[in-house]
Amino acid sequence: MSSIYQIVSRYNFLILAVLLLIILPLGLDVFRLNLVSKYLTYAFVALGLVMCWGAGGILSLGQGVFFGLGGYCMAMFLKLEAAKLNIGCTREMQEIGQCIVQSTPGIPDFMDWASMTELPFFWQPFHSLALTIIMILVVPTVFAYIVGAAMFKRRVGGVYFAIITQALASVLSILIIGNAGYIGGFNGITDLRTLHGWDIRTDDAKMVFYFITAGLLLFVLVAAQLTLNSKLGRVLVAMRGQEDRVRFSGYDVANFKIFVFCAAAALAGMGGAMFTLNVAFIHPTFVGIVPSIEMVIFCAVGGRFSLYGAIYGALLVSWAKTVFSEAYPELWLFAMGAIFIFVVLAMPKGLAGVFESHIEPRLKSMFGTRGKTSSPVKLAE
Amino acid sequence: MQTQENTKASVLIVENLTVSFDGFKAVDNLSFDIQENELRVIIGPNGAGKTTVLDLICGKTAASSGSIKFRDTELTRMKEHEIVRKGVGRKFQTPSIYEDLTVFENLEISYPRGRGVFGALLFHRDQEVQDRIEEVAEIIFLEDLLETKADLLSHGQKQWLEIGMLLIQDPVLLMLDEPVAGMSVNERKKTAELLNKITEGRSVIVIEHDMQFVEDIAHRVTVLHQGKILSDGQMDEVKQDPKVIEVYLGHS
Repeated sequence: MSSIYQIVSRYNFLILAVLLLIILPLGLDVFRLNLVSKYLTYAFVALGLVMCWGAGGILSLGQGVFFGLGGYCMAMFLKLEAAKLNIGCTREMQEIGQCIVQSTPGIPDFMDWASMTELPFFWQPFHSLALTIIMILVVPTVFAYIVGAAMFKRRVGGVYFAIITQALASVLSILIIGNAGYIGGFNGITDLRTLHGWDIRTDDAKMVFYFITAGLLLFVLVAAQLTLNSKLGRVLVAMRGQEDRVRFSGYDVANFKIFVFCAAAALAGMGGAMFTLNVAFIHPTFVGIVPSIEMVIFCAVGGRFSLYGAIYGALLVSWAKTVFSEAYPELWLFAMGAIFIFVVLAMPKGLAGVFESHIEPRLKSMFGTRGKTSSPVKLAE
Repeated sequence: MQTQENTKASVLIVENLTVSFDGFKAVDNLSFDIQENELRVIIGPNGAGKTTVLDLICGKTAASSGSIKFRDTELTRMKEHEIVRKGVGRKFQTPSIYEDLTVFENLEISYPRGRGVFGALLFHRDQEVQDRIEEVAEIIFLEDLLETKADLLSHGQKQWLEIGMLLIQDPVLLMLDEPVAGMSVNERKKTAELLNKITEGRSVIVIEHDMQFVEDIAHRVTVLHQGKILSDGQMDEVKQDPKVIEVYLGHS
């Protein structure tokens, strides 16, 4: 059985760790590093999709929902802290021109704009950072559990499941946009400033968040690898091809699907929370259909059967998006569609598949049999 | 009372079992029972409802009415995996194995431990599991192919692998749907041997078309026709039954 040590000591983990923790921080300025940090938050979602879609064969086109739920939980905490400053004007604030006038002091500014006079009940847990961290993990997971239980126990799967998850993404973004007073509406939750009094908009803070994001990503990567290497991972692979047969091996298929869908949701939620910290706002466009599909494309380009592939895919495609949309903003969606079609037709296993079949064998012959280079469980040949 | 006796000696009692698909009765008021350690073969023409009977017993199809009692448990309302855990194993007509996994992993998944989500997550491949898998692999002639991916096996080997997957589950009642379909003569012979070995100490229901194979293995034969029992008894008696000759064996 694979231990944590075996995963961490493999060359692909070491290369990724060195790249994320040493090469990129040394090679990039803070602005670019912050962009990478943002890309890495998508990699959390992509990891979840490898487990859910690659291993388990469950395609979710609604991962943006869970990303958004995590992101909004984080943003609500930061917003409440920012709102504590809106308590009226002291003389010092007037002197430096930072005076904020609200009819109800102490509530987030957008609530005041919507003529609300008190904080809605569901904002209460977000006064506490500890509760917020719990909510970031629990809210997406519980929501995924409810959706998963409703679908999988009734044996709804395949394309129907994909369509329903996509509809959910649409519903949630409409719900957020329609409730400006409660959750910020189309403007999102903006103007997030401090975390326990520490300014999150400085270069130092961005540097710290980068390392937290990268470190957390490596941590969940190991956890995901352990899960896929366990018998549960092999049951998922078995289920992907022969769902009925798995029932006759004595497994309750629905429970396994719910588990992996919840795991993917929890990962997406973590990614969303880290996203909010890194960019200091959250917006309903990160919840809807387009980002949900983008995340599936990150995963497909990198290789949906490979956890590492998904991380590189998220980095590469997001980077391409930044570069491309700087030059031709309106063409990016077309370019991304083209990339997706190309990947599906020409390299169904993504970059990881190309690496495994073309580059890895050459590296092996160059360096001889350098240790055990084949992973203990392969999601696909 | 005959039924009283049956309850004691029977592993499976099917009573008045009916299933209809849009009015068509695939299985029509069927009753039979399987004794401990019995090997029963079900034969019958295409569309007689043979596979449907197995589907009903293992929970793949829901019965319209009637009862299926396995030991003291009523199976008609249970889910597939619960029925499996009670000790009913099923081999499908076309080999259905996990093609993306190795022979070893196929057998490991079938090993009856760690079947819950967290059980599977924390499952440890210990010596006991290892030994049992190797033991079963030897019985099914695949001991040298443990690390081979299952989709690279030949058709016959896939059939054996699926039998092995059932064997490792150690079911009380084993149901095999056409275990020698598509096999070469040599493979058939080996499979008959294999079946004789694994049916010791358990009850078995086999669906088969190959009459020679049926004669080799059967204790008792049930002939189904249009969802009903046409004839039932020893192979010799059944073969002489004019009704069976009429609908199934044909005039020679």
